[in-house]
Amino acid sequence: MEWKLDDNRPIWMQLQEQLTRKILSGWYRAGEKLPSVRELAAEAGVNPNTMQRALAALDSEGLTVTNRTTGRSVTEDEAILEGMRASLAEGIIKQFYDSAAELGYTREHALELLKRREK
Amino acid sequence: MDKMLIQCQDVWKRYGNKEALRGLNLQLEGGKIVGLLGPNGSGKTTLIKVLNGLLQPEQGLVLIDGETPGLYTKSLISYLPDKPYFSGWMKVNDLFELFEDFYADFDRAKAEQMCKVLQIDSNLRMKTLSKGTKEKVQLILVMSRKAKLYLLDEPIAGVDPAARDYILTTILNNYNPEGTVLISTHLISDIERVLDEVIFIQNGQVIRQELVDDIREKEGKSVDELFREVFRTIPYGGGAW
Repeated sequence: MEWKLDDNRPIWMQLQEQLTRKILSGWYRAGEKLPSVRELAAEAGVNPNTMQRALAALDSEGLTVTNRTTGRSVTEDEAILEGMRASLAEGIIKQFYDSAAELGYTREHALELLKRREK
Repeated sequence: MDKMLIQCQDVWKRYGNKEALRGLNLQLEGGKIVGLLGPNGSGKTTLIKVLNGLLQPEQGLVLIDGETPGLYTKSLISYLPDKPYFSGWMKVNDLFELFEDFYADFDRAKAEQMCKVLQIDSNLRMKTLSKGTKEKVQLILVMSRKAKLYLLDEPIAGVDPAARDYILTTILNNYNPEGTVLISTHLISDIERVLDEVIFIQNGQVIRQELVDDIREKEGKSVDELFREVFRTIPYGGGAW
């Protein structure tokens, strides 16, 4: 998975979003140990301090846990992963409705279109 | 404030009538990668030379790790000048030996490794190398020291974009974590991703010093865009574009 960074938004936030997606999509599995801050920073081509900030944000969300001896790994708490996944999906759905609304579709109509596509 | 790695207080430097630094104030802590940005003639190179002791300011206080520039501070600073200064007859290997003699913190194995990766033959004489390759050799030498402060004056100006990426990664991977890297450049969009902090300098004064992610958050734009906005000049004939 490639890192895609845009210079107009804080880099650490983008790193946090992309790491979150990597975890939720199973690129990094539950309980898996993450590479070190330096390794991840080198991979993304960013400053280690910036990567550290993104990882600290993941820690505070509970997506990752830091152990003093073994380093940082993905949480094994399925409830946290599931909750995160749900809130991400929520965002995608909201975005869908918002974009449809911009084109002049009501929520009902947008949903109708979505259902029709499924068939 | 004795934790500061660099402290400048009311620093003045003149070349004849031209005032290159005009009461410059700056405080910088350790462990960061910092961009020193400003238009041509704003005082970037002069500031770097004052920091490493090559130039003596007429007025003001300069402290590196709490000491005025001298023997001690030179042992802390690894400096990449804006122009290559090595004799053409020297081989890359000779330079390694020179650096080994002069700097206790020079890691020769690391320098040789980097040469290998960049496919630079260390038996070649400097005068036979292209401009970009010379710059790479210099950067290899400078980054192979385990310094507390790296002062890099235009480190990527003369090299191709692919080598630029390599050089930035080299800087990221090789600076020692307690060390600070100060990079002066115009090529902001190439380096802004690796920076913690930027210093904008204009007419010999620091006009802005900020964390890059704070700029992006507050202004909603890249450092490159902000720079163009701050230093915009009206084109001849007037009008914007």
